[in-house]
Amino acid sequence: MAEPEKQPISIEALKRGDRSEFARMVDSYSLPIYRLAMRMLSNPQEAEDVLQETFLKALRALPKFEGRSSLSTWLYRIAVNEALMVIRKRKPELSLSRPAEDGEEEDNGEEMQIVDWGHMPESELLSLEARRTIDQAVDKLPETLRVVFLLRDVEGLSIDETADSLGISQAAVKTRLLRARLRLRDELSNYYRERMKET
Amino acid sequence: MNGHSHVHKCDHLISTISDYVDGSLSPQLCAELEKHLCECENCTVVVDTLRKTISLVQTCAEDDCLPGEVRARLFHTLNLDDFLKNDAGV
Repeated sequence: MAEPEKQPISIEALKRGDRSEFARMVDSYSLPIYRLAMRMLSNPQEAEDVLQETFLKALRALPKFEGRSSLSTWLYRIAVNEALMVIRKRKPELSLSRPAEDGEEEDNGEEMQIVDWGHMPESELLSLEARRTIDQAVDKLPETLRVVFLLRDVEGLSIDETADSLGISQAAVKTRLLRARLRLRDELSNYYRERMKET
Repeated sequence: MNGHSHVHKCDHLISTISDYVDGSLSPQLCAELEKHLCECENCTVVVDTLRKTISLVQTCAEDDCLPGEVRARLFHTLNLDDFLKNDAGV
């Protein structure tokens, strides 16, 4: 994520307990963190809990923040860990560091959808129904793929920052990102193929 | 995708398209992929629709917002109520 504020957040001010600067940081990052939590959890109450816990933990940890990663990467790491704790309560077997997660194995044997829907009008690509389908397609991704896709393609973190936020290698990020993108593309191809038949 | 060797080429290059749309593919592989795209309509469709897929998800996410009451409860939890009157600024 690019720094959303024109005036960069001052780490020094945060570390010396400047409440005004902390409020500015909260306003700068609360939307991206809430959006990430919502899209990871699909539950407004749990997303709000993650949002609050992220900033409470950041507030407590700020004196020890060494700045080895950027402020945004650091906040995302806290938020992702909080969201994963919620998911682990639902699925105790989930682990981000395992090389091949359930549903993340090679997509061998799956035929790629070849439908040239990219030139459909924006009004159809982004109709209310299409938007619901897009959101559902993201929701359907396995958590290990979804979190990589959200950090990289929705929040705009670099490969390096995504790897840092998740505590996995850059190679793992790239592999999961490719799989997530291809799965989403196939889901949307199935949907838009049907819409093209109707017109 | 006609012929076994052509299909093999498609399978090999499809693993590079994520780096390609990000602009981070090595110059050598980039040239190889672009040469293949000139010859392979199916792979061109895959690349185009992959780009469009990413763009559509990003457009949908741009509409996400932080509900005012969620922001208010967050500021209250953090003992920042005196800063709540300020606009979110995002």
